[in-house]
Amino acid sequence: MTSTIAPTTVETAPAPRRKGWIGPTLGAAALAASAAAAVQGLVVMGPTANQGQYSRLLVVHPPLATGAYLAFGVTVVASVLFLIPRTRRPEWDQLAGASAEIGVLFCALTLVTGSIWGHNTWGVWWTWDARLTAEALLLALYLGYLALRRVPAEETVRGRRCAIAALVAALDIPVDHFATSWWRTLHQGSSISLTQPDKHLDAAHGVGLLLGFIAIALVYAWLLGHRYRLEQLETRYESEGLSLALEERRAEGVER
Amino acid sequence: MSYVIAGYAITFGSIAGYALRVRWRTRSLQRALREERG
Repeated sequence: MTSTIAPTTVETAPAPRRKGWIGPTLGAAALAASAAAAVQGLVVMGPTANQGQYSRLLVVHPPLATGAYLAFGVTVVASVLFLIPRTRRPEWDQLAGASAEIGVLFCALTLVTGSIWGHNTWGVWWTWDARLTAEALLLALYLGYLALRRVPAEETVRGRRCAIAALVAALDIPVDHFATSWWRTLHQGSSISLTQPDKHLDAAHGVGLLLGFIAIALVYAWLLGHRYRLEQLETRYESEGLSLALEERRAEGVER
Repeated sequence: MSYVIAGYAITFGSIAGYALRVRWRTRSLQRALREERG
């Protein structure tokens, strides 16, 4: 008996574009900026009167925290674009997932470097301060988001579910950012302010902070390019695996 | 100062480790896709 299932051409997702000159250039720039920031922080910058050698962590800690906000911000924008039916494309969901993973890395590193700083200036590795608690909550929420992405479901259902989770998790970003203004916290407020001239850094620390921001921004852009490509490959691998299984099933039907 | 150096090492080491993991996973998937196509 012949099966009614006719063999058809298997459609697969288009191949991810090959990387050109942008990726390597971005990688080289990120490496150079990271090296410059490390030299500025460890060699050029001197210790301060209040915090001694630990003020050198200014080059990595605030840029990592801002990098995490940037990464989660991209996740939020991509998630909103996925939720709007007119702009819904699988690429937005893939970009949201890729950016969130980098954000989680930056967020965890913010907590680690902050903990080292806190241990030596406050005398404790950890305290349930509003800023620290909000940052830890942000990490937990986006770890949950990444776990949710692994739950098997139909592509659109999973994308919509994850996009909503990303938006809910993002509610903690302003709480975390304004925690030092809203509550009395052990964590210091911002070191620089455009509106408050009395809040400023000396030239060496200012350059160090700027180099740190540039380095983390470049590292983020470079990692995002690679992680997004991996996300596309994972989707393609899943769809090709499914297509092969369907092909085998169809072949079995024809043989009968 | 050793804590400061540890902070820098953890930061840049973790980022480099993550980049290597992404690269390794990308290569594995590319190989698997090539093999699946025969």
